[in-house]
Amino acid sequence: MAMLPPVPSPGAPPVRLLELAPATDQQARRGRAGLRRLVRAVRANRKASTGTVLLALFCLVALVPGLIAHDNPNATIYPRSLGPSARHLLGTTALGQDIFAQTVWGTRQVLIIAVGVGLLSTGIAVLIGVAAAFLGGLWDGSLNLLTDVLLVIPLFPLLIVIATYVQNAGTMVLVLVLTLTGWSYTARQLRAQALSLRNRDFLLAARVRGERRMYIVVVEIIPTMTSLLVASFLTNALYAVLFASSLQFIGLGDPNSDSWGTMLYWAENNEALQTGQYLWAVVPGACIATLGAAFALLNYAFDEIGNPALRPVRRIRANRAG
Amino acid sequence: MRFALRRLGFFAVTMWAALTLNFLLPRMMPGNPAVAMMAKFRGPVSPQAFKALAAAFGLNNHQSMVSQYFSYLGDVATGKFGTSLYFYPQSVGRVILDAIPWTLGLVGITTILAFVLGTGIGIVAAWRRGGRLDSIAPPVFVITSAIPYFWVGMMLILVFAVRLRWLPGAFGFDITLAPSFSPAFIGNVLEHALLPATALLVTTIGTWILTMRNTMVTTLAEDYVRMARAKGLPGRRIMLDYAARNAILPNLTGFAMSLGFVVGGAILVEYVFNYPGVGFMLLQAVNNEDYPLMQALFLLITVAVLVAILLADIATAIFDPRTRTAG
Repeated sequence: MAMLPPVPSPGAPPVRLLELAPATDQQARRGRAGLRRLVRAVRANRKASTGTVLLALFCLVALVPGLIAHDNPNATIYPRSLGPSARHLLGTTALGQDIFAQTVWGTRQVLIIAVGVGLLSTGIAVLIGVAAAFLGGLWDGSLNLLTDVLLVIPLFPLLIVIATYVQNAGTMVLVLVLTLTGWSYTARQLRAQALSLRNRDFLLAARVRGERRMYIVVVEIIPTMTSLLVASFLTNALYAVLFASSLQFIGLGDPNSDSWGTMLYWAENNEALQTGQYLWAVVPGACIATLGAAFALLNYAFDEIGNPALRPVRRIRANRAG
Repeated sequence: MRFALRRLGFFAVTMWAALTLNFLLPRMMPGNPAVAMMAKFRGPVSPQAFKALAAAFGLNNHQSMVSQYFSYLGDVATGKFGTSLYFYPQSVGRVILDAIPWTLGLVGITTILAFVLGTGIGIVAAWRRGGRLDSIAPPVFVITSAIPYFWVGMMLILVFAVRLRWLPGAFGFDITLAPSFSPAFIGNVLEHALLPATALLVTTIGTWILTMRNTMVTTLAEDYVRMARAKGLPGRRIMLDYAARNAILPNLTGFAMSLGFVVGGAILVEYVFNYPGVGFMLLQAVNNEDYPLMQALFLLITVAVLVAILLADIATAIFDPRTRTAG
């Protein structure tokens, strides 16, 4: 994937929180102060701090699953359908696997998919959205059409159809499919944002200085979109978690992978609910919901931080018609 | 008028894109997956239907890709979706027609309910800003909207069907009953719909509440609302006629769109509850490699969404003149 645009690294680019109000040149250039402000805002907002802590916990588990769960998640060597005990914290499955180990080891794949899809689809959205806005003319028309078409094709049925033909989609295939189908909403927002910037003074100044187009886009424009990019990353990560788990749950993932969706697939196929093995179905689903909630809380919190609610902020989202 | 024509043109293009995807996907995959399907169904399917299948999925090598493509488009245009393999010898059209009422009933009614309830709660939460409802609603519903539908369904089955045995946890009706319009049968159908409807309601209502609340909070700060307060108008009137009326547009657009998603929107809930609707059929088709049925259902869901979005666009243009000129 050589076409990946530079993803904003946490140190360098100025972070602007009020993207809905038209950016002034000064705001666009505000430096590191923005990052410090961001940290303070996250700490002050309960939803944001809850989301951050949850996400950090999941990342930790995904990094060192072996330290937390000592059992092999794939071993089918234990007595079947045990209840929780000191030896098996969450009991065992009807296939003789340790549920706690499976849950802990399953964290990694979901997080890889979430982060991968979040980054890649935001990247594609930047490329296509900004290109459409700045190239204009026929380019804008066709890129815009592509975005709109993808936006209205019902996503989950499309994913099901693709995953059916692919068969046993592994991590990389899931990331690829979810990325290719998921970038359109952000691309549309970014295009609108880029269009609104086009004739700002600081861009004209850069042009007069004779900067190259690439430089203008990367150094002058993308930093002004940071908060849109963060929102896009979080939304796409949330959808990746939900969609990937759903696909795995209905048996379209790799049935041998360690993941929460796959656990649910086996639980459903072995009638875990009807045979009293509740934890087998409850635990992985609760993990999906918690990870999803972490992304959703962060996303909502960023909305709140950037949009102090009682201030009359005009929505510029009504851009789908026309 | 020009606006409507442009939208129609766009939807024609989208439809064509969906059709083409349907055509290309099985042909693009390494080792055409349709081959496995054909091998599996060689026994029970009549030779004639088999030949039609081979043509539909590009196994008929005598034809060029281009002529395959045009005969495919012709078939779709004339509504020839072929025979379902899993439900053989029923035609794909028949299977779908049987499934549609179930989905429309379950998901349609739940969607309307979620919209009405959610918008109402959102209005009240924003009106009593800082009150108890307003402090509880946002975090709670942000979280519920991140829970997978199907897992909520599984938990409801666990509690109400398996443990408490209050409600049935599977199928659209008791299979020992003969379908009819008798009160007993209708009651039975409603009883079976209760759990899946709850699962859908719990997971979808949050979006309505949050969108409505957030837009309404913005609207409440507008000058004309302050003016209405200054005039001493009764609170209810300000809440409903001044603020809510202007804040509801995003929710209305969303509602029109979500009506389109009714057809395909509850795939996993139907799957978990074995509810005989469109989504359940889609997964039956997927799990049994019944590609003709799967393709037709995908097209049906796409058409439903497109029509709904078209209507939503037109409605928005009528209600909100500002959008007409937006480019």
